[in-house]
Amino acid sequence: MTSPIIKAQNLNIGYDNRAIMNQLCFEVKRGDIFIIMGGSGCGKSTLLRTMIGLLPALSGHVMINGIDIVSADEKEKKYLVTRCGILYQSGALFSSMSLFENVALPLEQYTSYSDQRIREIVKFKLALVGLAGFEDFYPSEISGGMRKRAGLARALALDPEIVFFDEPSAGLDPISSKHLDDLILEINKILGTTIVVVTHELSSLFNIGKNSIFLDSSIKTISAKGNPKNLLKNPPNERVLAFLTRGILDEKKS
Amino acid sequence: MTVKVKGENLILSGDLTEKFFVSDTVIQSLKNKKHLVVKNEGISDWNQKSVIALYTGLRQLSALTDIQINNLPEGMGHLLELSLKTSPKDKESDLPKEDFLEILGTKGIFVARSVESGFCFFVQMIESWGRQIRGESIYRKKDFLLALEDCGPKAVMIVSLISFMVGLILAFVGALQLKNFGAQIYVASLVTVGMTRIMGAIMTGIIMAGRTGASYAATIGTMQVNEELDALQTMGISRVDFLGLPRMNALLLSMPILVLVSDFVGILGGCFVCVFLWEIPMGEYIRYCTAAFSLQNFLVGVFHGFIFGLVITICGCYFGMTCGRNADSVGRATTNAVVYSIVWMIVMTGIITLICEGFGI
Repeated sequence: MTSPIIKAQNLNIGYDNRAIMNQLCFEVKRGDIFIIMGGSGCGKSTLLRTMIGLLPALSGHVMINGIDIVSADEKEKKYLVTRCGILYQSGALFSSMSLFENVALPLEQYTSYSDQRIREIVKFKLALVGLAGFEDFYPSEISGGMRKRAGLARALALDPEIVFFDEPSAGLDPISSKHLDDLILEINKILGTTIVVVTHELSSLFNIGKNSIFLDSSIKTISAKGNPKNLLKNPPNERVLAFLTRGILDEKKS
Repeated sequence: MTVKVKGENLILSGDLTEKFFVSDTVIQSLKNKKHLVVKNEGISDWNQKSVIALYTGLRQLSALTDIQINNLPEGMGHLLELSLKTSPKDKESDLPKEDFLEILGTKGIFVARSVESGFCFFVQMIESWGRQIRGESIYRKKDFLLALEDCGPKAVMIVSLISFMVGLILAFVGALQLKNFGAQIYVASLVTVGMTRIMGAIMTGIIMAGRTGASYAATIGTMQVNEELDALQTMGISRVDFLGLPRMNALLLSMPILVLVSDFVGILGGCFVCVFLWEIPMGEYIRYCTAAFSLQNFLVGVFHGFIFGLVITICGCYFGMTCGRNADSVGRATTNAVVYSIVWMIVMTGIITLICEGFGI
């Protein structure tokens, strides 16, 4: 429980040598719910894509479980794949496959379980996210909220140590969004999974966040760290305060 | 309506709904002022058009001048204030212009990179095929069967229809000339050699590029938009294996068979013209067909089909997987897949023909 599960050191991220964020240093503790927040276009999703190895880092290191994802070889990457689950913004379910097949794919891939066992696990994971009985539905036949939950079931299929969420509440109504937040809290509590969430949804980040970093696009690096609620009480700078209060205090001042 | 300038004041009055504009002379006279107050002295009527006219005039000044708005009608004042809040970006003419060499260089680098990445993809496909032979590749048999159904049985009808037409046209055009020598019967040989050696394969290739190649690019491109390709990658599954292999296997298997169907139906089309139009007995037609048929030509045709299958899969999958993340890119990927498939099929035909010439086939 002592060593951080994710550790970023002097990380520079961006596209085609154009840096979006510089000198990012942060640690994610085991069992934490860690929020990456910031304004639109500040590089939250880019940071997430770098952390999960979809995008090469310009420089620096991201250690996940002691393995540097920036310089990991194929074997280490395969290992990390089984330890990390990812819920994409749109769910990213394979549209040609039923929910059952979607969730079963990583299991077939990385375990030698029998078909019977896989069937049981898939049904259980789908039931966990409230989709019992939807095994034979295709992604196009269910709602956006259900698609996200099914994506979560797939992310949880291999019992990962870390689950990454890319804007979980995007495109959901307040109630579905709340349900997903509750689900995140429960998974964190019951399974002890470390959770990293990219979001700018205030209600959601106050509701679930235990720890956070704030990416500031004006100075191109992290300008605040800590529990979002504490950050609201003792804001380290005006931009964080404006972000966490939807700029209401800003308006009052002027 | 009137627009007047008095010191640092721009004074508006009257009905601003009709033919209202801020003239260049007015703007020129305001240009060097630090402050400007827009004043209302009896505006009787206004609409959004008047605000647009006012904004168009004032936006040039807004960067250097501090514009204040004084007692304009409420909505009008707010609209103007809101629009003048953001100062316009630099004009386009301020951007550095690219000269001819720079454009040429950028285009050249782009083309070189595209060729390189296309070739890399080809190598990846071949590697993936190697993994399949060693039994290490990851893909679902169901995907292969679905792809096979799509480019096999479902394509037979359209391939047959087009090939029948091509056989018909070949026979008709050929017979018009051969008739001059009273040699219509050789139409049978013409159609047989033409269809089996190359026309069957080319027509099948073009149909499959438009039908299947486009569908590969669109499907995989949409998966890119939907983050499904990212999901595959973060699950540690090779996208070339998972998406490319079943499609390649399906097309490589079905193309030669479709070419065979096309050959046969094309010859049938020729028969139709000969029997019904030129009144050649069917028996004669078949006899000349069998005489002109050579296994060598037929196999060259089928080989063409096999290579075209490879070209179509690679173009379709490559443009799908390098697609951008919006609807427009999917359209472009689809177009590119079809265009490049057809171009490369023609190039490959040339190469195969040269090789066959070399070996005297």
